Amino acid sequence: MNDVKCECGHVNPHGTVLCEACGKELIIQTNTDQLIDMRYEGSARRSQTYNKTIIDKIWNFFSSVKVGVWLIIITLIASSLGTILPQEMYIDLPADVYYEQEYGWFGKLYYQLGFNNLYGSWWYLVLIAMIGISLVICSLDRVVPLYKALKAQRVTRHEGFLKRQRVFGVNEAASESDFSTVKKRLQERRYHIREENGDILAEKGRFSRWGPYVNHVGLIIFLFGGMLRFIPGMYVNEDLWVREGETAVVPETDGQFYLQNNKFILEHYDKNKDKTFEKAIDKAGEVVKNYQSNVVLYKRVGQNLPGEKPTLKKVKDYKVRVNLPLTYEGYSVFQASFRNELNKMAFGLTNKQTNKSMGELTIDLRDPKMKYDLGNGYSVEILNYFPDFEFAENGEPATKSRVPNNPAFVFRMVTPDKPKGETSFVAIKQTIEPFGDNQYKMAFKGIETTNVSGFIVRKDATLWVIIIGGIIFMIGVIQGAYWNHRRIWLQNKNGEVWIAAHTNKNWYGIKREIESVLADTNLNMPIDQAQIEETDKGGV
Amino acid sequence: MATISSNLLFISFILYLVATLFFGGSIKSKKPGDEKQGTNKWGKIAVFLTIIGFISQLGYFITRWIAAGHAPVSNMFEFTTFFGMALVGAFIVIYFIYRTTLLGLFTMPVAILVIAYASMFPKDISPLIPALQSYWLHIHVTTAAIGEAILAISFAAGLIYLVKAIDQTKSSKQTFWLEMVMFSLVAVIGFVAVSSIFSGLGFHEKFNWTDKHDNAAVLEYTMPALSGPHEGELVTKDGFKPLFEVPAFINAKKLNTVIWSLMAGLVIYGIIRLILRKRIAAALKPIVKNIKLDFVDEISYRSVLIGFPVFTLGALIFAMIWAQMAWSRFWGWDPKEVWALITWLFYAAFLHLRLSKGWHGEKSAWLAVIGFVIIMFNLVAVNLVIAGLHSYAG
Repeated sequence: MNDVKCECGHVNPHGTVLCEACGKELIIQTNTDQLIDMRYEGSARRSQTYNKTIIDKIWNFFSSVKVGVWLIIITLIASSLGTILPQEMYIDLPADVYYEQEYGWFGKLYYQLGFNNLYGSWWYLVLIAMIGISLVICSLDRVVPLYKALKAQRVTRHEGFLKRQRVFGVNEAASESDFSTVKKRLQERRYHIREENGDILAEKGRFSRWGPYVNHVGLIIFLFGGMLRFIPGMYVNEDLWVREGETAVVPETDGQFYLQNNKFILEHYDKNKDKTFEKAIDKAGEVVKNYQSNVVLYKRVGQNLPGEKPTLKKVKDYKVRVNLPLTYEGYSVFQASFRNELNKMAFGLTNKQTNKSMGELTIDLRDPKMKYDLGNGYSVEILNYFPDFEFAENGEPATKSRVPNNPAFVFRMVTPDKPKGETSFVAIKQTIEPFGDNQYKMAFKGIETTNVSGFIVRKDATLWVIIIGGIIFMIGVIQGAYWNHRRIWLQNKNGEVWIAAHTNKNWYGIKREIESVLADTNLNMPIDQAQIEETDKGGV
Repeated sequence: MATISSNLLFISFILYLVATLFFGGSIKSKKPGDEKQGTNKWGKIAVFLTIIGFISQLGYFITRWIAAGHAPVSNMFEFTTFFGMALVGAFIVIYFIYRTTLLGLFTMPVAILVIAYASMFPKDISPLIPALQSYWLHIHVTTAAIGEAILAISFAAGLIYLVKAIDQTKSSKQTFWLEMVMFSLVAVIGFVAVSSIFSGLGFHEKFNWTDKHDNAAVLEYTMPALSGPHEGELVTKDGFKPLFEVPAFINAKKLNTVIWSLMAGLVIYGIIRLILRKRIAAALKPIVKNIKLDFVDEISYRSVLIGFPVFTLGALIFAMIWAQMAWSRFWGWDPKEVWALITWLFYAAFLHLRLSKGWHGEKSAWLAVIGFVIIMFNLVAVNLVIAGLHSYAG
C-alpha cells in the first residue's frame, strides 16, 4: 500500500480522504457542491482502508460505531428485562419455587429463560465484554489518525476545503488593520493563532477532541476493575452473624480479626419527640431511626494454633451503623440486618394433679446442661435436644440447623415418687408422653431472647481501579462535552479574503463568536451553508 | 416553617403558570425574524416571572429543609417537586445561552405538570430511614435530578422541532406518535384532575380481599373502584361497586388510578380537540413558525451534552459511592440502578448516533423524546410499579 502525495507536497498515509496538511479531497466521496464530511478530519482509518484478512474483518466489525450502538441498544433492552421481576438476589425463597408461586406461568417462563439471574448470565457478560472490545478498537481506529491529521494540518488550506466548510464567506479585500483587529480579538478569546504567508489559522479547544477517547479509556479501566473481582483474594463478601455479648472470628481474614458485639440497638422515631414527622409516622406506623451494633474489633496476637484460644489485642471500639461501616486494613464491616433469637427457655417441673411446681430450670439453648438438679430429690435430665426441631421423612424427630429457632427436648424427670424417671417430649405448643401418662410435666415458664447483629464483611481491592476508571471517565466526558474544538481560517485566495470556520459542535456558539470578532470591520459575517441547504419542511 | 414552605411552593406554581401565559404572548407578538432578534417585552416579563417563581421554589426547598432537618428529596413528592424545580432552573440557564422564549413555552408546561403530579403524593415531611441518613442523599439525589432536568430540556426542544418539522396536512406515523406525546401530557392533567376531585370530595371505600398468598387483606381506595381487587368484598356502605375484578398479582388500586387518569385524559383531550378542530401538534404549529429547525436541533443536542455528564456524575457515580457506603456494594442491580444505567446507555447511544451516524434533526428529536420517556419511566414506574430498594413512594 502506497502513501499518497498531495499536490501541496504532504505525504499522507494510504486511505486518507482529506490531505492532512491542506485539506484537499484525495478520495472523492461527495459531490463538490456538498459540504465536506469533517468527521475524524478525513484521516486514514484502518477500518476504512483494509478489509482482507480475518483480523481486518474483526477489526472492522468492532470499530464500527453502528455495531457499538447496536451493542449498547441490545444491552439496554436486556438490562430492562431483568427489572420486570425481582432478581434472584432479592428474593428469599428458592428461585425454582419463588417465580412460579408469585407470578404464575409468567414467573415460571421468566425463570426458565434464566432471567432470574440475568446480570450474571454468560450472555450478559459476553455483551459487556463485546462493548469493552468495541470501546478499545473504536478508539484506536480513530484516535491515532485523528491525532496525526490534526498535528499535520497547515495554516494555508486548499480552496476546495475552505469553500465546502459549513461556515464560509468571501470578502473582496481586507485592510491590514482589519486583519490585526481580528487577530487581536481572536487572541483575546483564547484562540491559538498560526500565520503563514499572511493566512491565519485560529484554533482553540483542540483537547476537547480527545474527550471521547479519554472517557473510553476510563470506561475500559472501569470494566477491567469489574473483571478483577473474579481473581481470588481481590474480593471478599461474607455474612457474619454475631450475638450480643459474643465474639466471632471475621471470615476470610485467616483468623486475624475478631469482632465482639456488645450491643445491638434498634431505635424508632418517636412521634412525640419528633413532632415534624408526626403525620408521616402516624401513617407509616413505625419508622426505624437507627440500626446500630456497638462492637469491638480485636486482632490476634501471635500464631494461630489449632485448639488453642487465641490471644486478642483490642484494635478499636466502634458503633457500626447503616452508612457508617467499620473499616480497617481494607476490610469493612457493614451493619446489614439483625434478628431476634431465642436464647433461654424456662420450665417448671410440675405435678399434673396438684399443679404444684417442684422447682424451675432455665435452659441455655446454645449450651444446655445434661442434668438440672432441683434439690429434694427432684432433677431433670435432657436426653435429647433438637434446636431447630422438625419431623424427618422417616417420622423421627430431627433438627434442621443448630440455630434454636424451634427448640424441642426429650426430658427425663426424676422425682422421689418416680425414682426411675418419666420421659416426656416437649416442643413449642406440643407435649408427647411416649410411655403413657406421666405424673409430672415440664410446664413452660418463659423465654428469653437475644439480638443477633447481621454484618456484611467486605474487602474490595478492585475499588481503586474502579474509582480511577470513574474519575478518568468523568474527566473525558466533561472534556468532550463542555469544550468545543473551534477553528477559523482567514485566508487570502485570488485577491479575496476567505473566511471559513469549523467546530465539532455548538455551531451557534462559533457563529456568535465570529460575529463579535468581525464586528466593526470590513469583513462580512460568513454564511452558515447548512442552513441554506436545509429547507424547512411543511411550514404553515 | 412547613407552612411557609408549602405557601412558597404554591406561589411559585402560580408564577410558573402566569409566566407560561407570558411566554405564549411573547411568541404571538413577535414579528418574523431569526434567533438574533432580542426578547420582546412579553418575553422579558415571562423570564422575570420564571426567575421569581424559581426563587420562590428555592425558598420552599430551603424552608422545608430547615423544617425536616434533611434535604427535601426523600420521597416521591419531594423528589418530583425538586425535579420540576431543576427543570425550571435548567431552562433558565439554557435560556440565557440561546435567548429563545419559545423554549420556555414548551418547558414551563412540562415543569408545571411535573410539580402538579408531585403534589398528588403525600406531602408529609417524613423521617429518614437509616439507609437514607447520609449527606450523599443530598448530593446524589440533587445531582441526578439536575442531570435529568437538563436532559429533559432536550425533550422540550425536540418537541418544538417535531411540531415544526412534521407535516400535519396528512396523517402518518409521525403525526400519530407526536400526538401520543401530546396525549400523554394531557393524561397527566387527567391524573391531577381526578386525584384532586376525589380527594376534594373526600372519597373513600374499603375492600376486604384476598392477596396472592391467599391471605385476607384490607384495601382502601380513594377513587371509585372500576377495577376491584381479587375476591374483593365492598365494606363501605353505598360504596361504588367495581366493574370488574383483577387477578391477585395485579395491583388493583394502582390500575384503577391509571384507568381513571386515562379516562379523564381522554375526556380533556376530546374537549381540546373539539375546540381546536385539529391535532394539538397541528394547532401548535403557527407558534413555532419563526424558529429555525437547526437552531432547536442544536439546543436539543446541547442540552444532552450539558446534561449527560451531570447525569453520569449524579445518577451513577455518586450513586455508586453512596451504595458502597450504605449497602456495602456500589452496584447491586436494583431496578432503579438498572434504569439509571439504561438511561445512561440510551443517551450514550444518542450521542454516538449523532456524532457518527449523522442522526441530526428529526431522528435526533425523536431520540430526545424517547430519552425523556425513559427518564419518566424511571421516575414513575420504577417507584410505583417495580419493587426495589428505591421504592420510596406508596
